[in-house]
Amino acid sequence: MQITLNGNKVECEKGKTILEIAQDNDIRIPTLCWQEDFHPEARCRICLVEVNGKLMPSCSTKIQKDMQIETETEKVKKTRRMNLELMMADHLKSCFIDTSNHELCRIVAEEGIKNIRFEPKKQHGKDTSGRAVVRDPNKCISCGRCVQACRDTQNITAIDFAYRGHKSKVTPYFEKDLHKTYCIKCGQCILSCPVEAIVEQDHTEQVIKHLADPKKHVVVQTAPAIRASLGEEFGNKPGTLVKGRMVAAAKALGFDRVFDTNLGADLTIIEEANELIDRVKNNSPLPMFTSCCPGWIKYVEHFRHDLIPHLSTCKSPHEMLGVLVKTYYAEKQGINPEDIIVVSIMPCTAKKFESAREELGNDVDYVLTTREFAKLIKLKNIDFNQLDEQDFDDPLGISTGAAALFGATGGVMEAALRTAYETATGKSLAKLEFDQVRGTEAIKNGSIHINNIEVKFGVAHGMMNACELLESYKDYHFIEIMACPGGCIGGGGQPIPTTWEIKKKRIEAIYNEDAGLSLRKSHENPVLKKIYEEFLGDIGGTKAHKLLHTGYVEREL
Amino acid sequence: MPDKLDKIIESKKLLLPILTEIQDRDGYISEDNVRQLSKKTKIPLSEIYGVATFYSFLTTKPEGRNIIHICNSPSCYVNGSLNIIEFIEKELGIKSGQTTEDKLFTLHIGSCIGCCDKAPAMLLNGEVHDKLTEKKIKGIIKKCRS
Repeated sequence: MQITLNGNKVECEKGKTILEIAQDNDIRIPTLCWQEDFHPEARCRICLVEVNGKLMPSCSTKIQKDMQIETETEKVKKTRRMNLELMMADHLKSCFIDTSNHELCRIVAEEGIKNIRFEPKKQHGKDTSGRAVVRDPNKCISCGRCVQACRDTQNITAIDFAYRGHKSKVTPYFEKDLHKTYCIKCGQCILSCPVEAIVEQDHTEQVIKHLADPKKHVVVQTAPAIRASLGEEFGNKPGTLVKGRMVAAAKALGFDRVFDTNLGADLTIIEEANELIDRVKNNSPLPMFTSCCPGWIKYVEHFRHDLIPHLSTCKSPHEMLGVLVKTYYAEKQGINPEDIIVVSIMPCTAKKFESAREELGNDVDYVLTTREFAKLIKLKNIDFNQLDEQDFDDPLGISTGAAALFGATGGVMEAALRTAYETATGKSLAKLEFDQVRGTEAIKNGSIHINNIEVKFGVAHGMMNACELLESYKDYHFIEIMACPGGCIGGGGQPIPTTWEIKKKRIEAIYNEDAGLSLRKSHENPVLKKIYEEFLGDIGGTKAHKLLHTGYVEREL
Repeated sequence: MPDKLDKIIESKKLLLPILTEIQDRDGYISEDNVRQLSKKTKIPLSEIYGVATFYSFLTTKPEGRNIIHICNSPSCYVNGSLNIIEFIEKELGIKSGQTTEDKLFTLHIGSCIGCCDKAPAMLLNGEVHDKLTEKKIKGIIKKCRS
């Protein structure tokens, strides 16, 4: 099919939109409400173009034969600017002035708008009381991207549009604060918001305060997924592993010890693989679901009470490490646990909620997202890219390749299978890579023979895919679910933007980290062997159970 | 009234008719009803709330005994609906969306009610009152109060 695009004849495929054709031909059309992989809703009218003299949204208009498309006429520019100005009136006017980094403000700057002629009309109350996710509706421009993320990738719809016309706004039901709803705190809305109207609850100030307090022993731990993404905040290409510099930055910030959540991940695997073998032997509820993802846990607690007995009772890796720090490490170093502050750097906003759960006590005091950690580093004027690489501190800094995998969808499953197979059979795996659970397919599955039992496993990432898998969950023995698409590398606390292209690079980096390590199975972690001998006792034993396992509650809708 | 809600869902099937039925039955759509409805239909709470607040004939707060919907669409507007609205607001001492303290009146200003030929018009408890004048309104309000 032939069309005319800015005066040039262009051959193009039927069924594509004007925006796609423009992108194929390197013609820039600004977009705002449009999101990759979502159905275009054409709300914002920023991507307007002239089609045969008429203004049309390019994101949702499919090409037709002999269309005459102009993307930069005076009429287009004028209308686009007017729409942007009107949106800026809804957004805080001051935001533009202080050269903010919001996507909307960037587009406004790119379009050369220097002055906003309109005043904001509405005044809304803020929703800032949540532990994980907070909202400032005064910044909201009703683009609907958060609603799409919540509804179409996560199948939750904790927020939606309410009211009509100029009164229309994005809100949880009955205008409740988000933390009083069934929101699972995954933070996918944060990743999609172009104006920071939804953000994580900021805990950087509290952490700075503790760092300055000489009486406190402040320990930081970093999640498997953030070493593959933190670099992006400092201009590194997606997929750059910055483990050494990340540790160096934490030390430069003044943390007393820098430990590795990956060690906690190894510990989780040892306990979880043991629990799986136990469940198979003792006819306990199967399938067993992984419990590392606090978003997934909250989903089950709200929507699927029937699945609670199926959740692994293992605490998540950073909580396990938190316990070890406040018991084993405190004992060894002779530090009063009450003087220890544990800070976890996580790719996740739901971890903030998790760390405040009553059952988990104060093992982790604060959770910072990847973005908050980067903010701390920038606040202290640390030149991240010039830092010399450093190693994690002893004794909780040694981990295996299996733990590294936790950041990617399918990683926990792969790590658990390596350990479950080898500990149950006593044999070594010929091939460590489980290709069935790698990649970004919506639902992955496979099976492995362990002592003549065919163990079937399934993996899903993103709650929409997870819900699909749940329809046939009884077919499996072991299921890994991560609430965020792509797993933790696509978590709600990760650098913005987090697109599929970027997520795939981060996943690649994580698999490279695993492949490059000499120890690649959790049960071979030498530090943990020692900790079990000296401190924890038997795997899955009484003390291990008391410290490393937890329970779940039924929550109302 | 969970089993009654079941009956409504069964007979109406679609969300909007279900909500309309609840509105007619209870006079408003309560949070508890929305919660039950969400559990039974698997439609997310926030989505139901979105629908319930979108339509001006559905309300999520308890209303007064007499519900007034004044039309403010073009035909009524050019025939002086603004003056009528101002007059009613003054008479009742409330604005659009509010209920009088004695719970006798709730006022809504909304879209076309299909009486363009007899503008300005309003609905009182679902019944049309048209070609409104201040005198007419005074009479209607007096009747409701007595």
